[in-house]
Amino acid sequence: MKRFVAIGLLLTLGWGAAMADGDPIKDRRDLMKANGEATKSMVGMLKGAPFDLDVVKAALKNYANAAAKAPALFPDDSKTGDTNALPAIWDNKADFTARFAKFADDVTAASTAITDQASFQATMPGVLKNCGGCHETYRAKKT
Amino acid sequence: MTRLAVVAILSLCLAAVAGWVLSSPTKIDKETAAEMAIPGEPVAGRILFFAGGCDSCHMSQGQSDPLKLGGGLALKTPFGTFYPPNISPDASDGIGRWTAVAFADALLKGVSPDGAHYYPAFPYASYRLMKPKDLRDLFAFLETLPPVAGRAPTTTLAFPFDIRRGVGLWKLWYLRGGELPAETDRGPSWMLGRYLVEGPGHCGECHSPRDLFGGVIASKRLSGAPILDGKGKAPDITTHGLKDWSKADIIEALSSGFTPNGDTLGGAMAAVVRNTAELPKSYRQAIAEYLKDDSN
Repeated sequence: MKRFVAIGLLLTLGWGAAMADGDPIKDRRDLMKANGEATKSMVGMLKGAPFDLDVVKAALKNYANAAAKAPALFPDDSKTGDTNALPAIWDNKADFTARFAKFADDVTAASTAITDQASFQATMPGVLKNCGGCHETYRAKKT
Repeated sequence: MTRLAVVAILSLCLAAVAGWVLSSPTKIDKETAAEMAIPGEPVAGRILFFAGGCDSCHMSQGQSDPLKLGGGLALKTPFGTFYPPNISPDASDGIGRWTAVAFADALLKGVSPDGAHYYPAFPYASYRLMKPKDLRDLFAFLETLPPVAGRAPTTTLAFPFDIRRGVGLWKLWYLRGGELPAETDRGPSWMLGRYLVEGPGHCGECHSPRDLFGGVIASKRLSGAPILDGKGKAPDITTHGLKDWSKADIIEALSSGFTPNGDTLGGAMAAVVRNTAELPKSYRQAIAEYLKDDSN
């Protein structure tokens, strides 16, 4: 039992250290992954899966979190490594950051605008357009 | 010794003459030219425009209207940088003075109006499968677009790729074998899908690996390839590569850009999706049907 606690403690400490160290590539990948998960259900609902306002609100919260945190997760020393981010990000940092700001604005607007299925169908596609806008210019998948 | 030299020189001359003859540009035949003489329908041609995605390479840079085709994109490849030309109907800088026959020569044979080879960066290896009716409709549509003045930079490649005549030999080797097999037991949707993917859609031009001379490796068609500008990869879109995708997933991705895992198609594919989204739904269904097929 003691040993388990010790291991658990060590793991937690290790994790804490990793967080403090900061691994922006991993952090932004995690954010994007969470966005993808949220988007999966949004696209599903747009295509006709049962509408659920709580799920939509959760997805928007997720997007807001990503839009707020992401710009800081692309420091100059994170250009290479396990990343699909293109150098164009650092060549056009102002545009890149502005796109996240626009995404955040769209998400905020959608949070008030979406109250039922009809407003969801009308508003969400515009929010989701932001994803492709950045992926066209600033990402190149290696697989 | 002298005799040997004479034989050697004669052989070289013969090879040079043979190479010259073999590499000469050929234009379309009379039957096709007659088909191209029939007036095209621009409304039908609009669909071909989006199926072919002409704008992806030919649209004017620094603006977002896909119908302004002033050209000028820098297409970076291991062979050098290609600059797709102005194909707007501008009389001096675009194709405003072209005939429909000249248009078919370009797309089916890769030959310019003045009889020179185009580099295969212009994907006539795929376009050559297009039907004359579709070509004349497409040409009629292009003629309705706004003329754009100005020319793209001239493409200059390093030796030996700067010898355009060499493209003639490339064509002999890589464009052997003409039409797609008949496949008479297939339904019309699969047939349309194959035509769109292999012909106007020219999917294989980015999604297939190429050999040292830039020819698509036939046995590995559509199995994915590094993108020529070095940024990322065009994924495997064979049935095997798409095994985790349903037909509905493919149709969705070609309409909205969203993949089954909530990601979006990015890079150059984002522009492709803007085009495929303009196609009739039955066309996207046809593409999905062809790609999700165990027999290809």
